[in-house]
Parts: sequence; structure tokens; C-alpha cells
Amino acid sequence: MFAESPVKPLQGHIGKVHECVKLLAPFFKAVIEKNYTQAATLQKEIHNLEVEADDLKHELRIHLPNSLFMPMPRERILDIVTNQDQLANKVKHLTGIVSLRNMAIPDEIAEMLQLFVESSIAASRQAKRIVNELDELVEVGFRGREVNAVEEMVNDLDKIEYEADKLEHQINNALFLIEKSLNPVDAVFLYRVIHEVGEVADVAQRVGARLELLLAR
Amino acid sequence: MAVVFGLFMAWGIGANDVANAMGTSVGSKALTFRQAVIIAAIFECAGAVLAGGEVTKTIRKGIVDVSSLGDTPELLVYGMLASLLAAGIWLLVATRMGWPVSTTHSIVGAIVGFGAVGIGMEAVQWGKVGTIAMSWVTSPLMAGAIAFALFRSIQKLVIDTEDPIAMAKKYVPYYIFLVGFTMAMVTLLKGLKHVGVKMPFEQNVMYATLIGIIIALIGTVMIKRLKFPPKADKKFHYANMEKIFGVLMIFTAIAMAFAHGSNDVANAIGPVAAVFGIVQSAGDIVSKSATPVWILVLGGGGIVLGLVTYGHKVIATVGSGISELTPSRGFAATLGAAVTVVIASGTGLPISTTHTLVGAVIGVGLARGIGALNIGVIQTIFLSWIVTLPAGAILSIFFFFTFKGMFS
Repeated sequence: MFAESPVKPLQGHIGKVHECVKLLAPFFKAVIEKNYTQAATLQKEIHNLEVEADDLKHELRIHLPNSLFMPMPRERILDIVTNQDQLANKVKHLTGIVSLRNMAIPDEIAEMLQLFVESSIAASRQAKRIVNELDELVEVGFRGREVNAVEEMVNDLDKIEYEADKLEHQINNALFLIEKSLNPVDAVFLYRVIHEVGEVADVAQRVGARLELLLAR
Repeated sequence: MAVVFGLFMAWGIGANDVANAMGTSVGSKALTFRQAVIIAAIFECAGAVLAGGEVTKTIRKGIVDVSSLGDTPELLVYGMLASLLAAGIWLLVATRMGWPVSTTHSIVGAIVGFGAVGIGMEAVQWGKVGTIAMSWVTSPLMAGAIAFALFRSIQKLVIDTEDPIAMAKKYVPYYIFLVGFTMAMVTLLKGLKHVGVKMPFEQNVMYATLIGIIIALIGTVMIKRLKFPPKADKKFHYANMEKIFGVLMIFTAIAMAFAHGSNDVANAIGPVAAVFGIVQSAGDIVSKSATPVWILVLGGGGIVLGLVTYGHKVIATVGSGISELTPSRGFAATLGAAVTVVIASGTGLPISTTHTLVGAVIGVGLARGIGALNIGVIQTIFLSWIVTLPAGAILSIFFFFTFKGMFS
């Protein structure tokens, strides 16, 4: 009568997703240094990780039949995994654009961009930590101290995302000041990539928010 | 012949049901496989001999009104033999087909079947049968409620605290006391009179408390000897706390084996006792005499035999399949079930140990304590209520007339 709990596969999935997100840092470093072969290699690696994460996602969905009785609603679990999946998708997509266009990052925003990428990665890391608390939450039966601890972690994630938002704003301002000196199409794509890096943090925050919903019942 | 059939039934019970009861402890790694077999052997036997008398009495003469037989006692002999054979064969078929049917339901169905058709509708004590059927519905519910309450108390007292390990060390001995006390109490109140000991109520309470305390002390010593590497908590914060509950699991496994022995052994030997009663009194139906102890021992022995020869396979599969159950949950579920079963044994109600355990596990699940449960099992329980009774009845009617034709 005991079915396999979806908690471990869910944690495995976000682990894989975060590995993928982490590669954003070396990827942008390579792009800024105009080392495009290195960037292409990293992009390929990101792509592979995304595919692996996809496999884990399908595996998890298949093993979550309707007849399960769980301490958390089945829909929530599926919702969380969908958002985790989005995280890897975003990273794959934006690195794809950068790699395809061999984008040059203007020196004026290079340093800021690296900081910004770091904060998005931090958001994803925090989301991973929160999901990793899920087995503890099941152990305590979603009650008491552990719940407070997780809520605290979700608050921290919100703060990280807020910081990322602020950085995004700053970069956009800096880019606006120099956009006239850039090729217009390149400028448009730079805005777009910046937006997508910001979305990585957004989606990470959403993973945390969905998990928080499990606590409120 | 009755002895052989009875042994066959007991063997079947040992092979299947006991494995279920011990599976939780092996699965949560509280016991090694060999330890589980030894413990089961000892306490199944003890449960059968010390607390199995009441249920045996019910199976033996509670369902069919033996006094209505008057001058044809051999009918009862045929009927009981037919019931044993019917239940045994139905279990064999069901196990082959992979249906988790209940031994208890099969045998009760079989006895009701031969009683109603072979002897007459009025021979069946429908009131008693109704009570038994009701208890099949209420026992999983009750086990669920107890398990739910137990798990909540663990949450409150141990898990949700600053230092779960310290709290576990503090409270687990009390839980062990609870296990010892309940088992001892029911045994003293209901069981011992079958082995010829009778005491006033207050004295019973006193002895039960004493036994509880002794067992709790043993448990405390065992906890003291545990080691807690802080490393284990790195990966999963509650690993060391669960180790303490592992000790508790051993005691609840014992309780479960005892409870199981006290209730399910009757399925096999109740009919044997009935047949033997007639044979011994040279054809008279003695509705008064107590169940001889050696028959209880026979049942216990049969169960142990089944466990040793075949049960290890089932324990292995059950045990590995439910690794999701950590000791703290395993404890709440098993004790909830064990208490329910022992109380039922004390009242003489034959209930299904497996169903009771399922009810208890769902109780813990309702307290949001288990990762994922497959609710499909509830369907099989309903199926067992609906299908097993008629199947056992029809088979036993068939065998009843076969025996009747063969021997008279």
C-alpha cells in the first residue's frame, strides 16, 4: 500500500535544474571575454542538462497516479515540477540566443551583468534549498518549527529576487545610456537577454511560492 | 484429520499474515530479518497461548449454535473440517491471483456457510455474526483513530521541539510502557483464564503496570546504548531521532506479533478445537468446556512453522517495499493496529489483522505523516468484505456435503 513518495524525485529534479542554472555564470564570463567556443561548449552542456531534467520530470509525472494519498495535493506537486522545469527552459533559451548571435557584451554593463547573473543563480539555489526541506516537512507532518523555518527561507528567496530586480533596473538604465552607440538589433537582443536572466529569478521565486502553498492547510 | 487441516491453515497464516505484521519493522530497519523471525516466532506463540482463547471460543461455538445439533454431533465435525478446507483453498486461490484477502473473513464465511445450509438457518447465531461483521468495519477505523492520535502526540512531544533527540530519549520509554501495559492488561484480563489463572481486577492492573515498567526500563537501557553520529543528521535532520524510535519499533513489532497470534491463530484452531471437543467427549457436544491449551500451542507452532518455511520470502518483499515508513510512523501505525487487535481478541471478536493495519497506516497518513499511500488498497478491503464471505461460504457448503456423503 506504500507508494513511492514524489519528494525525492522532486528534489532530484531541482538538483538537475540548478546544475543547469549554475552554468550561467561561466557562460556569461566566457561571453564577456569573447571566448565564443567556450561559450558554445557550455551552451551544449546546459542543453544536455535541460534534457536530463526533462526526463526526470516525465518520470515523476508518470509515477504520480490519481490513486495516491499524500500529505500534499497532487496538483501542487505537478505545479512545482512545472515551474522547476521552466527554470531550466529559460536558461537553455537565453543561452541559446546569446550563443547563436555571438553577442558582444558592452564593457559598460559587463560587471553589472555578472552580478545580476549571480543573483539569479542565488535565487535558484535558494529555491533548491527550500525544495530540499520537503522531506523534513513530511517527517514533521507540516507542523510547527520546521514550517516556520521554511517560511523564513521563502522570505529570503523573496529578498534575493528583489535584489535581482533592482540590478535588472540598473543594467537597463546603463544600457539605455549607451544604446545609441550600439547596433539597434544587438541592443534589442541585449534587453531581451537581460529580461530573461531576470525571469530566472522570477521563476525561482515562483517555485518557493508554490511550495509555501503546501504549508498553508 | 482436523489436526492436519488446522496445521495447514496455521501454516498459511504464518506464511502470509505474520510477514505482513513484521514487515514494517524490517522495512524501517529497526530489526534485521533473522531477529524479526525469532521475535515473531516467540510472540506469535505467546499471543496464541496466552490471549488466543477468547477468539477460538467464538470461532468454535459462537457462530453456529452447537446446542441445536443435539443428536447429530458428527454434522459439526464435517462442517468444521469443510470450513477449514474451504478457507484454506480459498486463501490459496486468492494468493495465487494476488488478491489480499483476509484469513478471518474466509473462515467466518465458511463457518456461516455450512451452518446456514448444512444445519439450518436458525442454527447460525446471526446476532453474533452481525457483531463480527460490524467489527470488521469498526476495527480499521478504530486502529486509524488510535494511530492518528499517537502520531499527533509524537509530533507534539518529540518532533516539533528544539531538540528532538533529547525529547525522544525522554518520551520513548513512556511509549514503550504504554505498549507493555496494554498488552499485559488484555492478556491478564482475558487470556490467562484459559491457562487457569484468575486474579481480581486491581491485582491485574498492578501486574500490568509492573510489566510495563520493566519493559520500559529495558527499552531505556537499549536507547542509552545507541550512538548518535552528528554526521547522520546532515543529510536528513531527523535521522538520529528516528534511531530512537527504532528501539520503540522493536517493542511494537513484538506487540503486533502477540496481537496477531492472539487473534488469527483462532482461525486455524477454532475449528480443530470444536472437532476435538466432540471426539474427546465421545460424540457429545460440550458447549461448556474450555479450549485445551495444547490446541492453542498447536496453532502457535503451525504459525511459526509457516513463518520459518515460507514467511521469510513475504517479509523480504513487504519489508523492502515499504522503506518509506520511518520508525516514528511505523510505531504509531503498528501500535494503533496492535491495540485494536488485542482488544478485539479480549472481546472474542475475530478481525482481520491486515485490514486493521491498513486502517492504522491511513490514520497516520491523515496526520500528513507519510509521503505517499496507494489508496487502491481500500478498494481491495471492500472487495474482501463483499467477495470473500460468499466464496468461503459456497466452498464450505460444497465440502460439507462431500464429507457428509463420504462418511455417513
